[in-house]
Amino acid sequence: MAVWNPAYRSIALALIFFPGLAALPASSLAAQEPAPQAAAPTNDPVADLRAQLDALKAEYERRIADLEKRLTEMQGQQGQAAPPPAEAAPPETPPQPTAPEPAAPAEPAAGASGGGASQTSNYFNPAISVIGNFLAVGGQNRVENLPSASLRESEVGIQAIVDPYARADFFLSFGEEGVDVEEGFVTFTALPQNLLARVGRMRASFGKVNTLHLHVLPWPDEPLPVVNLLGGEEGWIGTGVSVARLLPVGDTFTEGTLQVFSGQEGGPFAGERRGDLAYNGHYRVFKDLTDSTNLDLGLSYGVGPNSSKPNARTRLEGLDLAYRWKPLQTGSYRSAIFRGEIYRSLRDQPGGVQTALGWYASGEYQLAKRWFVGARLEASDHADDESARDTGAAGTLTFWPSEFSQLRAEFRRRHYGLTDYTANELLLQLQFAIGAHGAHPF
Amino acid sequence: MKRIFPILLIFAALAGFGSAAEAAKLRVVSSLQDFSSIAQAIGGDRVETFALAKGYQDPHFVDAKPSFVLQLSRADLLIVAGLELEIGYLPPLIDQSRNNKIHPGNPGYLDASVGTDILQRPTTQVTRAMGDVHPYGNPHYWTDPENGRVVARAIAARLSQLDPADSAVFQKNLAAFEARLTQKEAEWRTKMAPYAGTRIVTFHDSWPNFAKAFKLNIVGHVEPKPGIPPSPSHTLEIINLIQAQKVPAILVEPYFDRKTPDYIAAKTGAAVVIFYPSVGGTPAVGDYFTLFDTNINAFIAAAKGKK
Repeated sequence: MAVWNPAYRSIALALIFFPGLAALPASSLAAQEPAPQAAAPTNDPVADLRAQLDALKAEYERRIADLEKRLTEMQGQQGQAAPPPAEAAPPETPPQPTAPEPAAPAEPAAGASGGGASQTSNYFNPAISVIGNFLAVGGQNRVENLPSASLRESEVGIQAIVDPYARADFFLSFGEEGVDVEEGFVTFTALPQNLLARVGRMRASFGKVNTLHLHVLPWPDEPLPVVNLLGGEEGWIGTGVSVARLLPVGDTFTEGTLQVFSGQEGGPFAGERRGDLAYNGHYRVFKDLTDSTNLDLGLSYGVGPNSSKPNARTRLEGLDLAYRWKPLQTGSYRSAIFRGEIYRSLRDQPGGVQTALGWYASGEYQLAKRWFVGARLEASDHADDESARDTGAAGTLTFWPSEFSQLRAEFRRRHYGLTDYTANELLLQLQFAIGAHGAHPF
Repeated sequence: MKRIFPILLIFAALAGFGSAAEAAKLRVVSSLQDFSSIAQAIGGDRVETFALAKGYQDPHFVDAKPSFVLQLSRADLLIVAGLELEIGYLPPLIDQSRNNKIHPGNPGYLDASVGTDILQRPTTQVTRAMGDVHPYGNPHYWTDPENGRVVARAIAARLSQLDPADSAVFQKNLAAFEARLTQKEAEWRTKMAPYAGTRIVTFHDSWPNFAKAFKLNIVGHVEPKPGIPPSPSHTLEIINLIQAQKVPAILVEPYFDRKTPDYIAAKTGAAVVIFYPSVGGTPAVGDYFTLFDTNINAFIAAAKGKK
């Protein structure tokens, strides 16, 4: 029962900060251009607005004139050039009528028109996506009393390359209570020695489901072990540094991740001093068994302060396992995934260490191109009360009208150990995504 | 469980020794087997190729498997189709590859679409109401052999840049590839000439380049919109269309469900032809040349039966 050895801590810190240091001179965060707007501010807001409107009007008139000129040029050229291939343009849109679409005034004129600064700054704008997550709930639950209908989360993703050495990702979560930076981090992608470093606020690489955003989970809700042992519905989100190293064993992918977060907040941790840090280590092995099946295994270990008494720590251990079946040729119609995780939380607190265990096991089967069924079993003690065990079972049915929207129904039965209460609920979820096409989750 | 930290540290210390070995061959990773096949023809024994998407797999939906991260971490050159065909899986893989060589903008990243003849570049505003449209144009351009020639030249130039010592070999192989392609193109065109103007229906909108190269006329798709599975009303429209326009063949990629095409075929008498969009679509399609041989022979067999 050796506690966290301080020697490990210094080695971990050295390992984590070295690559960060190596990359620092390279990043040029100060390259931001000053805003091109230089209109002299007056005290009268109406006059300001009017001046801005006039400027806009002049700008658009100039652009329209420019467009008209180019259009006549193009029509002239088209007369000479070979006719376009028959299928290229639908018949109802002949050479565009002169009036430009008023619906898209923000669109910069293509090509090298005199857009100036605004055009180049648009060019480097990050990719933006918004995912809406609507949840309606029926049935009764006195413990987790979700509202009958809620826009549970609107997640705005803002992502771009920073410079040749790094990229940045922000995920802002607009919930019903306010805005929250779910994640916001820079990733250094050009480090030597197979290293990948992240700095900022991020979901801790503890287990699998904790690393995923709510909208990519195969259920509308978080499983019990995350809620009870990783600090609530949000899971463990930490602010600090993460370094992951590729550790290939022959042709097998393995990766080790070390993370150091502020221990003052985040997931199950709450430290009092600045020096209270939370650590997480994750080791992942991925193996393709055949072309269509693979196995994903992860081991996690986290430790950090809890403020229940001086120097009290919470230690977390995790094992996650996933088996996927997806025949390559018919994979868009049939696939299956089985996933399970076990967490153990050892929490120092007045009255002794609470050893709480939590797990879930789930399966999802794809019936048709757009239809999935799933089931989940779950159980978890409470981190601060090992005698209170919640259990649950759920079944889901999911329909994807397209890649960008998703309808899901979950029937969920949960038994809450603390109050010996059973709730049966129906959760109906509608998710929809607009904007940049994100990567499919894996 | 608590032992994992020291184990990790030992791993981290040791793994540095494993990676440096083997430098002789250029490792070329492609998103598609077509590019692997061309790169192999150009690179010969100087390259080692690997394709992420298999030829019998829908190239729009490839899983971002960590095993691909490993392949990419060791790559000297990454060849992509571009036009956002790989947007669903490749960007995170490149980020996790820890291999700066293959990031866009570096010599180890080759967008094969550059310089090719891209069709269906939208001229009006595109929205997702149109289905899974590609705002940069139709990404299935390698189904025109002339685009294959452009890709081969780009690959030869890039390999020469990465390995100048073997430049002469790559140029020689390119010349051989082009000569063979010219000869095969003449053969394919002659075979297809009697069917110029034939109206066809395809499952997905993957074949505009093929149709342009071999003068076929695509009049409809089994999918109502790209990426949206067949609907009963649209299927009925297609049946009427095939009957009205005397369409002899429905081209279907090997990774789509044949149920609806077979139903349409039964109602209309048109033939369902499995058309391979990529090398590796079936074991018989071993390289870029047999890809066209196989498809053209299958088309002719079907069209002949209907004449």
